[in-house]
Amino acid sequence: MSKSSNSSCSKLGPLLEAVGITKSFGDFVANDDVSFSIHAGEIHALLGENGAGKSTFVKIAYGLLQPDTGQLFWNGKPVFINGPQHARKLGIGMVFQHFSLFDALTVAENIQLAMPPGETMASLSSRISSISKEYGIGVDPDARIYNLSVGQQQRVEIIRCLLQDPKLLIMDEPTSVLTPQETEQLFSVLRRFADNGLAVLFISHKLDEIRALTSRATVLRRGQNVGSVAIKGQTNSKLAEMMIGNKVKNVARQKAPAKSKLLFEVKNLYRPQESAFSVTLRNISIAANAGEIFGIAGIAGNGQGELMSALIGEWRGSDSGVMFLDGVDVSLKNPAERRVARMGFIPEERNGHAAVPSMSLAENALLTSHSIVELVRHGVLDLSGMKAKAGEIAKDFDVRLPEANPLASSLSGGNLQKFVVGREIIKVPKVLIVSQPTWGVDVGAAVFIRRAMLDLAAEGSAIVMISQDLEEIFAISHRIAVLHDGILSDAEPAGNLTAKKVGLLMGGSHAVGGKSV
Amino acid sequence: MEALILTVLLTSVPLIFAATGELVAERSGVLNLGVEGMMLMGAVSAFAATSIFGNPYMGILAGALAGAMTAAVFSLFALGLATNQVATGLALTIFGSGLSGLVGAPYVGGTVDGLPNLAIPILVDVPIIGNLLFNHDIMAYLSIGVLMLVAWFLNRTRAGLVLRAVGNSHDSAHALGYRVLLVRFGAVSFGGLMAGLGGAYLPLMLTPHWSEGMTAGRGWIALALVVFASWIPSRILIGALLFGGITIMQLAGQARGWTVPSQMLSMLPYIATIIVLVLIARNRDFALANSPACLGRLFISNK
Amino acid sequence: MISMTPRKHIPLSLTLLTPAVAIFLTLAVGVAIFGLLGFSPFDSLYTFFVAPISRPDQIGDLFVKACPLIITATGLVFCFRANVWNIGAEGQLIFGAIFSGWVALNFPDWPAMSLMPAMVLASIIGGICWAMIPALLKVRFNTNEILVSLMLTYVAALFIDWLVRGPWRDPMSFGFPLTKMYSDAGLIQRIDLPIVGTLGQLHWGVIGALLLAVAGGFVLSRTILGFQIKVMGDAPRAGQFAGFEPHLVTIGVMAIAGGAAGLAGMIEVSASMGQLQPNVSFGYGFTAIIVAFLARLNPIGVIFAGLIVALAELGGDYAQIALGMPKVVTGVFKGILLFMLLAGEIFNRYHITWRRPAVMPVSKGR
Repeated sequence: MSKSSNSSCSKLGPLLEAVGITKSFGDFVANDDVSFSIHAGEIHALLGENGAGKSTFVKIAYGLLQPDTGQLFWNGKPVFINGPQHARKLGIGMVFQHFSLFDALTVAENIQLAMPPGETMASLSSRISSISKEYGIGVDPDARIYNLSVGQQQRVEIIRCLLQDPKLLIMDEPTSVLTPQETEQLFSVLRRFADNGLAVLFISHKLDEIRALTSRATVLRRGQNVGSVAIKGQTNSKLAEMMIGNKVKNVARQKAPAKSKLLFEVKNLYRPQESAFSVTLRNISIAANAGEIFGIAGIAGNGQGELMSALIGEWRGSDSGVMFLDGVDVSLKNPAERRVARMGFIPEERNGHAAVPSMSLAENALLTSHSIVELVRHGVLDLSGMKAKAGEIAKDFDVRLPEANPLASSLSGGNLQKFVVGREIIKVPKVLIVSQPTWGVDVGAAVFIRRAMLDLAAEGSAIVMISQDLEEIFAISHRIAVLHDGILSDAEPAGNLTAKKVGLLMGGSHAVGGKSV
Repeated sequence: MEALILTVLLTSVPLIFAATGELVAERSGVLNLGVEGMMLMGAVSAFAATSIFGNPYMGILAGALAGAMTAAVFSLFALGLATNQVATGLALTIFGSGLSGLVGAPYVGGTVDGLPNLAIPILVDVPIIGNLLFNHDIMAYLSIGVLMLVAWFLNRTRAGLVLRAVGNSHDSAHALGYRVLLVRFGAVSFGGLMAGLGGAYLPLMLTPHWSEGMTAGRGWIALALVVFASWIPSRILIGALLFGGITIMQLAGQARGWTVPSQMLSMLPYIATIIVLVLIARNRDFALANSPACLGRLFISNK
Repeated sequence: MISMTPRKHIPLSLTLLTPAVAIFLTLAVGVAIFGLLGFSPFDSLYTFFVAPISRPDQIGDLFVKACPLIITATGLVFCFRANVWNIGAEGQLIFGAIFSGWVALNFPDWPAMSLMPAMVLASIIGGICWAMIPALLKVRFNTNEILVSLMLTYVAALFIDWLVRGPWRDPMSFGFPLTKMYSDAGLIQRIDLPIVGTLGQLHWGVIGALLLAVAGGFVLSRTILGFQIKVMGDAPRAGQFAGFEPHLVTIGVMAIAGGAAGLAGMIEVSASMGQLQPNVSFGYGFTAIIVAFLARLNPIGVIFAGLIVALAELGGDYAQIALGMPKVVTGVFKGILLFMLLAGEIFNRYHITWRRPAVMPVSKGR
């Protein structure tokens, strides 16, 4: 049986304390003077938007990264955690967001790999089953990982941590891949840990979960610690404000344009699941009118990637009659053909998807206009025309260039994003499909990009915007729908929607007024 | 007939060595196409050491060492500097063929005494199979021993589990704190050692002289064999006997005037390997469970 | 501990410097090895790299030696740029020779005007056919093209061996494994220069090789086809986003490489051998991989890289005669050169630091 951790030394001081942790990658400061502490027996939330620096901190605490400056204290003593094995020896266990499992190996083998050597398989197996019984998390030790569901894989990760008898369990966005039922099961397991005296560091950006589960929260924003608060008495909007700054307040809603022409329509799009980590899209219907921005909100991992690649045409089903542009069926057209029909696309990932980092801006300008003949004649590239086009985009969209026609990789995130956005908008597409247009860019660039999108809509284009940033959704969408578990809710005018209602839909309550999970 | 079977067994020994070594390297996620080069270095070193010391056992030692050292060159580039494994492996083969030719130039035309046969008492007297199976040189016994050892190591020991884990997902292994490059260095070195032994067997047993390029493509056959065995050690034995048997069959066939051209027989290992590749690719479960997912992929720890 | 961070920007000077440094280091290491083994370093360097080009006609021979390398490597550049690992050019080259040989041996009466184009076409088709096996298996079943193309090389070598010893053997060859000689119309002629006459073995195929490399350079840098290939190799997701078909690109680059290798096989036979024999290629398909890397995957660079590697090959022949070394010894240089180039590529792409300082109070200024 596991020994009672309640009796361990630190009743008074914190279990883990971080003081002034700073870590940068090149010019990007991922953690900037982060300080806070975690106590035994508490479930502590680390809260922040995508890219706020949560994962970086967690990697430092688990020894995967070393801080540039700053110090960690474990039970009051300064420690340099020089690797995961060291972290585990101290009593820090971690369940990763993307599991660190070996899918060719069995559950038992996966667990054995994380354990110190010396234990026989038989004794390990019996400990696995006793732990699974204790917390009610069952998995077959002989199953191979590739045959397990995502929820089951997470349980393997958790059991693997628990067997090492940790004092602190770090969970990096554990619910992003779980069904509501699985989430509820996970929470009851975590509560039992805390009752047994374990500390849990729970990383998330989902406010409801944090309020339901944790007792204290530390909030990160753009790498900085904006404060640690007791959860009791906090409202979602208070936490949200800490998380995203005061910008969420009183966002003016866009008024839907007067009844206008239907430009883009998706009818009952179905896309089957392709791997354990992908989502099935069911019955997705979108109708975007000229002059409006159709916002699709939702928490990461609910089918955004799958939907985006279907809208771009990177993935195509075999049925026609699913997607229409201004009445023309584009269901079976590839991305280049869709661009000929005057669609534009801005995917979420700039590096390697929207742009080729190792190529110049001129070549990147060609990437999405080669099917629109002006830059290619009889298969031959018009190099000066490409350069001129890139220059024009840079000029119109305020892209600051370190030199004439630089490599895409030499641009900062914000500048490259302005280029990628400008590249599509300059073509004045009838329909623009955008995902996370301001993800990871600075405030100035974000304002510029949103302005440009509103201007394009005002000129009569239809825009479909997928975003996980609620504030962005509310700031520029005319109508809003919510994607949850591969299902898209009915769209409603932005003016009719409250953050609470959208939040409920994001949490999976479809029927209006239906009970929450 | 007995002579024929004996030749088949002997021909398969170098294949078993080289393929077993390569299997371990590939299971750790490293595709080393330099087997032919490592075998040649093993062969020339074994021959040279045997001529110098007059003792074939020194030859075995020298062959193994030379193979491991040649593999270290591969490790230096493909692991240390994360160069492309395919190209680095090819470079190793080209380099090994060249260097072995250079080292071996003074030895062309010489001969050495091969390894003595060590009959296993009592067993060797068993009728029919006794002489076939229990009257061989030490390396023939060793090849089977090593193969069994590797099978046991991969499936029954913790270190073997770590090695498979590294080949399955180096990122996960890294996240758990395993030293990916160290494990791979070990696996590649073992692969080199084995290839060196396989090479050494040629001048010590099969043809008691040295000539440049004397491995005659056996390194490539060993690579094919690993795939043919779908990364399962026990199948190496079957494959090696099969591939070795084909080599002998064409010689025997020529002597007896068979109508099937010998070249067509020689093609069989390669064609069989391609067919196995297709079958593996089509069987998702099997591919996931047995083929090292990280094979040939670069691992860079600090992105 | 080696730590590697990608460079954001690769200066041009570094791009040009890398091959030069690699060649220098290769010579240094190579000479050291020769010295250790008791050969005079100066003599070996002279024999390998100076003696083979000390007369004008030898310059011609250098180009002849480089010819199949340049053609094959030009095709391979397309594959490698698209991140498709065709290492079976040797087999594709052999099949080019076989197909064109079939035409030459079956239609010896045709005039050069029709026989030559037919042979060229046949060789390209032959190379493409052989390259399509790994390409289609990869596209259809996702099999590993490295292993398949490699295996097929040996199948091709055995196949031509069978042909020239069996059904295609010239009954008048006194038992030698050789086909009939091609008719004159099927032979590539030497270039007859004004004033100087012929220059060594210099033949018209060399001109073809140079033109092909230049054309390859144009296609890769200036056409939408080349653009597709580069995008697919550098960022496959961006390629799909652009609307390029990954399968078509794979098949396309394999066809280009196969066709080029096939053509190299035809030229090698028609210009230098005049008949099929068991060894139509002396590892050109593998050596071309080194050439492609030395050229930093640039078809124009392939011309220079081909000449440099051809020099080492000729050096091997000279070393055999002058120093009594086996011909394969040239592999020492070729192998080290490829190692150095691959390492150089990494130094080019990454900042490499060897050990992190124990304490680093580096504050990140803006």
